Amino acid sequence: MQRWLPLLAFATLAVLLFAGVRLSGQRDPNALPSPLVGRQAPAFALPDFRNPERIVTNADLLGAPYLLNVWGSWCPTCRYEHPIITEIAEQGLVKVVGYNYKDEPEDARRWLQQFGDPYALIIVDRDGRRAIDWGIYGAPETFLVDARGKVIFKHAGPVTWDIVREKLVPLLQKEAAP
Amino acid sequence: MTRLLLALLIALSAATALAIEPLPFRDAAEEARFRALIAELRCVMCQSQSLADSNSMIASDLRREVFDLMQQGRSDAEIKDFLVERYSEFVLYRPPLNPTTWLLWFAPALILLGGAIALVRVMRRRAAALDPTAPRGPANQDTPEDW
Repeated sequence: MQRWLPLLAFATLAVLLFAGVRLSGQRDPNALPSPLVGRQAPAFALPDFRNPERIVTNADLLGAPYLLNVWGSWCPTCRYEHPIITEIAEQGLVKVVGYNYKDEPEDARRWLQQFGDPYALIIVDRDGRRAIDWGIYGAPETFLVDARGKVIFKHAGPVTWDIVREKLVPLLQKEAAP
Repeated sequence: MTRLLLALLIALSAATALAIEPLPFRDAAEEARFRALIAELRCVMCQSQSLADSNSMIASDLRREVFDLMQQGRSDAEIKDFLVERYSEFVLYRPPLNPTTWLLWFAPALILLGGAIALVRVMRRRAAALDPTAPRGPANQDTPEDW
């Protein structure tokens, strides 16, 4: 038994490391779990991108679920996920609200002109202070908020079709059929 | 030569100075408290660095937030709770000691202990094998003469 011990220890370690490699391929190990899921969305009062005089609050968004997509013109990965976000909006899966994070209005305008503007509404967080309440630490990040204002899903990183299929669609179906 | 090395060492030690932007502290005590606090919070983007060390944009924003919370009169525990509520316990650079983190805290010591025990046993066995007065039995067959 003694002579098998080193081999056993090595085999255990190998299995653990292999499992770790497989797991990290499935989800980003650096993405933080969001303590916001299951809680009411944080209160905010931020200007409307298209009409900066108008202030948008949580109350304005109650009544229907929405996808909050955090983006900025400075964020390269946002360009990769933008076609998917656009498709979600165009297919009418859910209302898509843009959260313009730490951006300059002119740069954001140009970015939307270049890559398309599928957002039903865009709210602007210029200095990123309100974003801290959402636990946002970069872009892209995406939240799914239900009709009653509760956060039911958060994803840090670009939205992929897998996430749409496996997470967003089931959650939205559950929302639609109580 | 040693003078040059010493000078270099002193110069390089300044490189570990905090990468923070100047903030309007009221006094040295407040600044000391701020520095202690940000050394215990993790940069959520560059996750192996504390808020004190990180240059990233979110670290700068969070330092500003910690400063504002301090100005509002919140205690260290309240500030940490504020951030944990938003970013999860991962934002604490020094993990709290509770049942979930018990293994994280004690695993290195346990592994060291396990290694030490294994080493002692191997050494004992070797010593017994080399000892000519030990009773010769099946376990003690591999003495030097047998090679």
